[in-house]
Amino acid sequence: MRLPTILLAVTLVATAGLALAASPVRQAILDGYAKEAGVAAFSAERGKAFFEASHAGGKPETPSCTTCHGMDPRMPGRTRAGKAIEPMAVSANPKRFTDSAFVEKWFKRNCDSVLGRPCSAAEKGDLIAYLSSL
Amino acid sequence: MPSSRNRARLLAAALAVSVSALAIGLLAGPRAEAEEEGMSIPPVADATVQAECSACHMAFPAALLPARSWRALMAGLDDHFGENAGLDPATTAKITDYLVANAADAGGHRSPVLRGLGPDDVPLRISETPWWERQHRGEVSPSAFKDPRVGSKANCVACHRDAARGFFGDD
Ligand code: HEC
Ligand code: HEC
Repeated sequence: MRLPTILLAVTLVATAGLALAASPVRQAILDGYAKEAGVAAFSAERGKAFFEASHAGGKPETPSCTTCHGMDPRMPGRTRAGKAIEPMAVSANPKRFTDSAFVEKWFKRNCDSVLGRPCSAAEKGDLIAYLSSL
Repeated sequence: MPSSRNRARLLAAALAVSVSALAIGLLAGPRAEAEEEGMSIPPVADATVQAECSACHMAFPAALLPARSWRALMAGLDDHFGENAGLDPATTAKITDYLVANAADAGGHRSPVLRGLGPDDVPLRISETPWWERQHRGEVSPSAFKDPRVGSKANCVACHRDAARGFFGDD
């Protein structure tokens, strides 16, 4: 009775650990942005400030990432048309940042909507660092 | 058998209504049996349109706007009601083709959806067509659309729970 229980516990912990470990695709996406930005590491704090800031230059309806995603990335957001958006935090939604074409498509759209310009590779990396840190 | 199936459906619908925070009852919206009796509009049947046009709202049925509206809307995706919803040119063209081929006036069809629209009117919103306004006038208080659970006239699904399957309630 005892040994199986311990084994089960060990297995569960190991599985949880694996699930939390950075996905190789997410890491590759981050590595790509790091190379493009010429930086060694990203800053979750800068990513948080960027996520929460009100930006000028974009469309008036969408001044901030939080307009649709909300202040707590672990919670679902809501589009301006009322549809739920799955959480952005990797801890709440492990699928986040695991498909580079999808990630680039939404950065392209939403950076234009919110900032009126493309996001830099550094901004993208900081943001993913923040959303992976929660 | 059919009657017990119906009962099950009604029960399921009743449960869904009582559980859902957006339940129609609260907003005097279409009733649960809408699905049996109400207006049915073919939902989007194309996988690309479904995938690309349902991220921010339900994929609106092509039959709810004339072809000229879909062309104009698809030509301006980079500035879509205050958001960039842009797509690459090939995907944009594919979606435009589907929406135009299934539009309210496709094949010269005189759909009731077009009633009240002049030949030069190019509505970009379903919710601004005279047809849509007729369906909702008197049925829904204007404040219902501002209810935080609804938020927008474009949030059809908040009131028409089966809208994504093409069911829009009864008369
Ligand atoms: C605030 C709630 C609400 C919203 C949002 C809403 N509707 Fe309605 N709709 C109603 C009510 C209430 C009726 C009238 C009662 C009925 O027909 O069941 C109605 C009626 C209709 C009808 C006529 C149904 C019939 O059987 O005659 C159609 C079609 C329709 N709505 C389409 C839409 C579409 C498309 C959208 C989104 C663009 C939408 N509605 C958004 C509440 C809403
Ligand atoms: C990035 C988010 C986003 C995407 C993707 C998107 N839309 Fe929209 N759409 C919106 C917003 C925001 C509104 C306006 C909602 C409001 O004003 O309440 C809207 C409104 C609409 C309306 C008018 C609804 C009404 O009021 O009757 C139509 C029609 C529409 N979209 C079609 C499309 C089509 C077709 C596609 C796919 C090519 C698409 N949308 C993709 C965000 C999006």
